[in-house]
Amino acid sequence: MRFVDEFRQPELISRAAEEIRRLAGTRHYRMMEVCGGHTHAIYRFGLKDILPANIELIHGPGCPVCVLPMGRIDDGLSIAQQPDVIFAAFGDMMRVPGTQGSPLEHKARGMDVRIVYSPSDALKLARLNPDKHVMFFAIGFETTAPSTALTMMRAKAEGIQNFSVFCNHVTIIPAIRAILDSPDMRLDAFIGPGHVSTVIGCRPYEWIAQNERKPIVVSGFEPLDILQSIVMLLRQLRAGEAKVENQYKRVVPWEGNRAALRAMAEVFQLRPYFEWRGLGFISQSALRVNDKYAKWDAEQRFDVPGVRVTDPKAAQCGEVLKGVLKPHQCKLFGRECTPEHPVGALMVSSEGSCAAYHSYEHRKAAMVASLSSIA
Amino acid sequence: MSAPAAMDANPVSIRFRDPQIEMAHGAGGKASRKLVEGLFVPLLFGAAPGPLGDAAQVEINGTKVAITTDSFVVKPLSFPGGSIGELAVNGTVNDLAVSGAKAEALVVTYVLEAGLPTPVLEAEVRAMAKAAHDAGVRIAAGDTKVVEHGKADLMYVTTTGIGRMLHGVTIDPRSVRVGDKILLSGPLGDHGITILLARGELDLEADLRSDTRSVLPLVEALVRAAGPGVRWMRDPTRGGAATALNELARDCGLGMVLFEDQIPVRDTVRGACELLGLDPLHIANEGQFLAVVSPEYADAAINALSLAPGGSEAQVIGEVREQPAGTVLVTTLYGGSRIVDMLVGDPLPRIC
Repeated sequence: MRFVDEFRQPELISRAAEEIRRLAGTRHYRMMEVCGGHTHAIYRFGLKDILPANIELIHGPGCPVCVLPMGRIDDGLSIAQQPDVIFAAFGDMMRVPGTQGSPLEHKARGMDVRIVYSPSDALKLARLNPDKHVMFFAIGFETTAPSTALTMMRAKAEGIQNFSVFCNHVTIIPAIRAILDSPDMRLDAFIGPGHVSTVIGCRPYEWIAQNERKPIVVSGFEPLDILQSIVMLLRQLRAGEAKVENQYKRVVPWEGNRAALRAMAEVFQLRPYFEWRGLGFISQSALRVNDKYAKWDAEQRFDVPGVRVTDPKAAQCGEVLKGVLKPHQCKLFGRECTPEHPVGALMVSSEGSCAAYHSYEHRKAAMVASLSSIA
Repeated sequence: MSAPAAMDANPVSIRFRDPQIEMAHGAGGKASRKLVEGLFVPLLFGAAPGPLGDAAQVEINGTKVAITTDSFVVKPLSFPGGSIGELAVNGTVNDLAVSGAKAEALVVTYVLEAGLPTPVLEAEVRAMAKAAHDAGVRIAAGDTKVVEHGKADLMYVTTTGIGRMLHGVTIDPRSVRVGDKILLSGPLGDHGITILLARGELDLEADLRSDTRSVLPLVEALVRAAGPGVRWMRDPTRGGAATALNELARDCGLGMVLFEDQIPVRDTVRGACELLGLDPLHIANEGQFLAVVSPEYADAAINALSLAPGGSEAQVIGEVREQPAGTVLVTTLYGGSRIVDMLVGDPLPRIC
């Protein structure tokens, strides 16, 4: 399969792994992959088995489902509890628990909940159900925000009245800044997000290199992409350099996608602050719908309770998110908190580090010895 | 409903604590298993009657027969490569086949929604008749219920099958040993992905057909060639191969190690899975089966399957190891590995 197989070739992968081992030497390196897609790929492809032990990967905050506070889910569901409202969201959202259960559990109790694969499918639902109101529960970083914006622009152009967006879009740069500002954080380098960068480009990361003196390489999602990015980071670190590099050139333009950025600017404005699950309030880190699009903004159209729910004290999502703890070191991991019954945010989405660890890695630790016979 | 007195004296422990039934409880993965083991088994059997297979064995007048039942609620009713009627016959024939039995007779129950167009019903009944003829099974009895419009999705079909045990094979997960080979009859995921695309919600098109078919001819070929070495079989329907193998790993306490590059998956299925973030090992199949065969019979088994009609893509996809105990592990050509768990939640609702 094109664009897949060539990035999973065993010979190239072992060569990259060999190069990493050579460059890493004996020093211990801590690298954060910002994006949840990378976290998932690292576990899915078993890259930890290939990397030397002194390359430590820290899973970052780039999983939009994981960082969404529970109160926002309650708020969205409370809108959908009003008569004749259809709750539409991506599949990732469906099992995310609110205080009264997940959207799927609400569906089982009779709420009209639909899975859509893009915001424009939600708009299509609105056209097909003129006597209902379709509320799209929007989540995601700059990756998905442009398609939400374009859908709202189309709703406005077509004068579709029975459609609104409950906007939870967040932006990646303030989250990285919050991680770097955190006192217990010690990182050598960043594997930069791939999909977000298709929209924002590589320039917004320059401060990380210049001010924080940390190398960052924007990376693709195939095994070879990630390994090559680690090679590029190690080369920078060994040369004492700190710059932004783009490994994912086949998809990410240096300047980003201007049309997408224009659509975002047309529809959204920055919120003064927004709560991130596990990280707390971060200023200017999220988007709201601007007044030009107020008619299509669920927060302005409906009464929103503005619920704040604190996570269970025992859940140590924040520490895991910042890489201070490994997923399995959390007190709840695998006991109260499992993919079927997630307590903390990171167990919810397959991109969350706890869920990825639980699905792919957990139980492997105990059998490392027996694995050597497989490789 | 009141429980019999004997049961009151001997209270059973019900471990199923979920407050309500969710779609995931019917998806064939972890939640389904919790429902069956936590509620149905303790109340209906008292204690687990050994590992739960695809069919049960019952002795009547000294003759062992296999019996099983399955309901079909697939949406849409027809899809490239098959339809609900055909699925309802093959599904039950296959559950019996992988339990080491040849289906002899089926009983059919229809739940029809008022408003169902007669031509749709007729087409499905014809499809059942043809599938039954092809599989060599008699439809012996039936029942029909009609519910109000809006209370069902056009039609549901339940088939119950009774089968004669095949000679020379015993299916028991507890007989699986370290070193045994894991066989797969053909490519994974065709059915589940076909249904997903047939719903038309994705705006994806692919030249793909459901794999629905009777696997009995392949099972018979396998048993003829390697019967004494066949330890376990299962058709990986809802929950996919990952769920079937996880159940086996749990039942026998051993590790199922799969070699990713040996697992047959069509490019269209792989592509759809890559796009949608699904694992082909979690996708449903309706015309494939997995078998665990002792190593000395593995070559004979693959030869027999490859020569049988529809078996040319059969493969050894892995082997049984002592570690990781109770777990399914997929290894890649480049030395990485990952655990593949049972399906959690419900990626593709109502596929059979």
